[in-house]
Amino acid sequence: MIARAARLGEATLTAAVPIVLALVVNGILLAALGRDPFTFYADMFNRGLIQWEGFQESIIRSAPLLLIAAGLIVAFRANLWNLGGDGQFLLGAAFTAGFAPSLLESLGVWPMLLATMAIAALAGGAWTLIPALLRGRYGVNEIITTLMMSFIGIGVANVLVKGPFMTEVGGVARTDVVPFDERFPLLFDTRIHLGFVIGVVALLAVHVLMTRTSLGLRLRILGASPRAALHAGLRPVRLTVIAFALSGALIGLSGSVEILGVQGSFRADFNPAYGLLVIPLVFLARLNAIGSLVLVIVFSVIQIGGESAAREAEITSDVLFVLVGLMLLFMALTEYWRARRGRRMRFVPPELAERLRPAAGDGGGVGGEPRPAIGAREMGSR
Amino acid sequence: MSDLLSQEFLTALISGGLVAAMPLLFASLGELVSEQAGVLNVGLEGYMLFGAFLAFVIAYNTGSEWLGLAAGIVAGAVGSLLMVVFSVRMRLDQIVIGIAIILLAEGATSLLFDASYAESRPSLGTPSELAIPLLKEIPILGESVFSQHPIVYVGIALAFVVGWILKRTSAGLSIRAAGERPEALDAAGVSVTATRTWATLCAGGLAGLGGGYLAIVGAGSFTPFITQGAGFIAIVIAMLSRGVAPWTIVGAVLFGMSLSIATALQLIGVEIQTDYVQMLPFIAVIVVLVLFARRSYLPSALALPYVRGEK
Amino acid sequence: MGADSDNRRGTQPAPLCELRGITKVFPGVVANDGIDLDVRAGEVHALLGENGAGKSTLINILSGMYRPDAGSTSFEGRPVQIDSPRAAIELGIGTVYQHLTLVPTLSVLENLMLGSQGGTGRLDLEGARERFAELARLLGVDFAPGARAGALALGQQQQVEIMKALWRQDSRVLILDEPTSMLTPQGYEELRGVLENLKSEGLAVILITHKLHEAIELGDRVTVLRAGRVVGSLAPEELRGRSERELSARIVEMMFGEQAAELADAVEVEATPVRRNLPRRELGEVALAVRGLALDGDEDAVGLRDVTVEVRTGEIVGVAGVDGNGQRELAELIAGQRGSRVGEVLLFGEDVTRLGVGERERRGLRYVTDDRIGEGMVADLDVAMNAVLKRIGRRPFWRAGAERRDEIDRFAEGLVERYNVRTPDVRTRLATLSGGNVQKLLLARELAGEPRVAVFNKPTHGLDVRTAEFVRDQIREAAAAGLAALVISTEIEELVDLCDRIVVISRGELTGEVENTPGVEERVGALMVARSGSAS
Repeated sequence: MIARAARLGEATLTAAVPIVLALVVNGILLAALGRDPFTFYADMFNRGLIQWEGFQESIIRSAPLLLIAAGLIVAFRANLWNLGGDGQFLLGAAFTAGFAPSLLESLGVWPMLLATMAIAALAGGAWTLIPALLRGRYGVNEIITTLMMSFIGIGVANVLVKGPFMTEVGGVARTDVVPFDERFPLLFDTRIHLGFVIGVVALLAVHVLMTRTSLGLRLRILGASPRAALHAGLRPVRLTVIAFALSGALIGLSGSVEILGVQGSFRADFNPAYGLLVIPLVFLARLNAIGSLVLVIVFSVIQIGGESAAREAEITSDVLFVLVGLMLLFMALTEYWRARRGRRMRFVPPELAERLRPAAGDGGGVGGEPRPAIGAREMGSR
Repeated sequence: MSDLLSQEFLTALISGGLVAAMPLLFASLGELVSEQAGVLNVGLEGYMLFGAFLAFVIAYNTGSEWLGLAAGIVAGAVGSLLMVVFSVRMRLDQIVIGIAIILLAEGATSLLFDASYAESRPSLGTPSELAIPLLKEIPILGESVFSQHPIVYVGIALAFVVGWILKRTSAGLSIRAAGERPEALDAAGVSVTATRTWATLCAGGLAGLGGGYLAIVGAGSFTPFITQGAGFIAIVIAMLSRGVAPWTIVGAVLFGMSLSIATALQLIGVEIQTDYVQMLPFIAVIVVLVLFARRSYLPSALALPYVRGEK
Repeated sequence: MGADSDNRRGTQPAPLCELRGITKVFPGVVANDGIDLDVRAGEVHALLGENGAGKSTLINILSGMYRPDAGSTSFEGRPVQIDSPRAAIELGIGTVYQHLTLVPTLSVLENLMLGSQGGTGRLDLEGARERFAELARLLGVDFAPGARAGALALGQQQQVEIMKALWRQDSRVLILDEPTSMLTPQGYEELRGVLENLKSEGLAVILITHKLHEAIELGDRVTVLRAGRVVGSLAPEELRGRSERELSARIVEMMFGEQAAELADAVEVEATPVRRNLPRRELGEVALAVRGLALDGDEDAVGLRDVTVEVRTGEIVGVAGVDGNGQRELAELIAGQRGSRVGEVLLFGEDVTRLGVGERERRGLRYVTDDRIGEGMVADLDVAMNAVLKRIGRRPFWRAGAERRDEIDRFAEGLVERYNVRTPDVRTRLATLSGGNVQKLLLARELAGEPRVAVFNKPTHGLDVRTAEFVRDQIREAAAAGLAALVISTEIEELVDLCDRIVVISRGELTGEVENTPGVEERVGALMVARSGSAS
């Protein structure tokens, strides 16, 4: 019990160090720009955490981020880089916003909520199909393909919103607005909506899936060693598609949650670019669901508080990109320092880092896995 | 249909394509060298942004586009220094560091631009062009290919020079070995770390030059997130060139044309939504990858840290 | 060459290179523990020891790859610090590593020029071609300098490596790490000739091997390592004029100490081919039939051409050949890990060619892979999970997709006990187990349930003699109980010890088949170098 507590404490500390260092360096940068970092951070924590309004805002912001974290954990555990989060998120959001008004009219609130969430998950999942198949069959590096699909997804979402989904009402191109009362119900007397619960449940479900079920084990084996997966009779192509689809579906769902919980409609060129921002968080939590939950909330506080502090300091909120970039750098550095002191601990699983290593006897692919047997391949596509 | 073959359309397509191709050409050339040495620069986009921003600032303040382009090289190389220090030297994960570099570049350039130029949003003068005597008289090609900014000719020549260096010099041999079998290079008494360091700096400098070109010649100004994924496309071009530098010219021009096609179509009265245009190069990448999935090839030791004694 | 002839007469000139008290510690292991070694010009110094005895660490220190934690080195009487590969190269120490270090995508000449011309400038192709021609004469090679290194046969790649080690005009020491592991019997004879040439040129050669007879045959001086220490050595005068048997006995005692007697059987397999009496068995129906399998080769692997072989129940069939001649591809095709365009695989008459790994496994086919950690096991999972790796999702270990830990643990504990796998418990991470225990667990997993046909790919590779003998015993027992076994091995001695029949694979083709009767080694050796017409 004590050992367990000590491990937990150590994990917390090693996750906190990079965040604190990033805040410090970012503060120095702010000072260089002539802004008082102490005022900035005081504003940030005040608006994001201390004030009840702001804290609720932070929890609301965490809802889609939790789902994205869940989606990333599935992919990373299976040793797949899903960097297409932005595209999957926006497609989920666009489809939800596009279908919600008419579904609301024909089906009522609850069926509409469920149906749009399903559509969003489907859209996000489907968007991963090409990268998954290219990776599974030919070993094409999914870092590139998911990014490319992300850019296309952003375009498609905008084309939809400026075309078939566009409202008749004039002004900026956007979809019809779902009335506030017909969105996600709010929890108790707060402004926090159901999406937060969905996010927490999804994260916990992913945890159980990855640690307690045969599918989770299969995905982890695929992640640890594609060669071992093939050897054990698993079907790498099918598993790659499943992992990617699950990941994309969860991220698509997060887009739905953002629309049904916060936005109510999709305005053209909406893109909060959450995809890349969540990556360091799940790594810092070492792909652990509970850790990710905590870190996502911490990050939401930083983001909500930071946006408001940036307004106050009259700088662009893009300063948060710098902060997250620094968090990643210091995370890597913390790993390095610990390794040098002989206490190896990895935020990023080594397989994920070494994903580009081509398997023996497979010189043709871009760092892929062994080609599956014809039989296995046919099974996979059936 | 005849409109599509009109002189006006083709000139605009080729000329615009070349302008749009240059950032891709420089960046992919640098990335190709670096990939050959075993370093994958996911942060290429970041180097380009650093390059674009500093090139703009220097060109705007000195009035010299050449000084601006030089500043772009410096800024890109400094950006890649992060990669050198963290990934090549300290052997930290190349992809994580790459993502960090992108985020830092996006945030920092946006922040700095916002702090100094958000109000004025200045733009630079028309870039110079070097029309080549005689050749410029050729119909279509004369106006498109042979009347460009001088750096365009430099870029094309550079692709062949890099190709020669990789194939025919000791340095090139070391670079190729560092990406394919770093342990072989190490056993031969050449430092893998030093080789990868220079190759990565080369990627940073060239990507920075590409970014500088984008800001100075391409756009005539800087805007946050100006690169719009060009860095990623450049990675794909480098990947598909399979280590043969001149192929990057073909790749860059093809992708460049897919960017310029909208402007060219406008000239003949065809309007398409900008969203489609922005998607086009990425769709092209996916189509190319689907068609040539089996053909793309990356060096064996790409993105793997080299630690002596570890297999 | 004056020093050289002195040496022949037995007077002892000062050694070219002296290592004193070399110690190297890795986390958890003392790889080298106070090793002294003298290297003399014109002499082949054989370093003999089991896997893990510290041979490779020692040569890595001599070639500048590792720095020793303690000890000193002197070269021509001067103390030197070999702190980088470049320092070693500049002293004239060239190394041929066990794992080849050629860049497969570069040409032979480019590989040779790598790092040798210094600077960054234009390559001197003319000079390089001249040096290549000189060395080609010395070593007797028959490939072109422009050939792509990855396209050469393994034996040829090794020749390139030797050329690379001797590339500098002032080479003094050549280190060969397990050079025979990729040679055919004919290649072995050629290497003997090459060593003679090199000695007469006045070079010092250090030859690392784990095979006793090689050390005796090729070495002018033998040093035996065990657990990181020098446990004995034989000077040239001790080696001369004694029978091979006598020397073997002495060296076995050095290598294994008090265990020597106990391990006599196992050691004998390693030392000299002895055919033991196989228990008489009734061979049954054809269990595994492979007909006309073919596979396209690619940059890194040879293909397969028209491979046909049958194994009956109770029979052990060996596949002999130098590593990298298509053995792995054949095994993977049979296991279902690869697809083949042509040919078929039959299990008890049923065509399973188009079935995946799982379906074949359920029909009783097992595959013991040679890549134990990378492919056979998942290092990050615990022992119990690895024991059920091929039964994921099946009852009783999983119910409706939910894991039943107690069932899994109980099953694993059974295997661990029966196969004497040394592990604290079944929840221990696999990565912490030793190679021998991993192989035992792998064997236990594959032979559990009802195996009917099994492919063993290099089942004793890299194991200590005791575990190797255990593995062979298990294979014999399983065959006696009716298993049809196909055993792939690069050690002909092992196949002679184990098999009823031996087929020989070379360049992806089966070049012949011989019954295991006296004199089988020579016939297998001849088949290993045989090339049928078009393959070259």
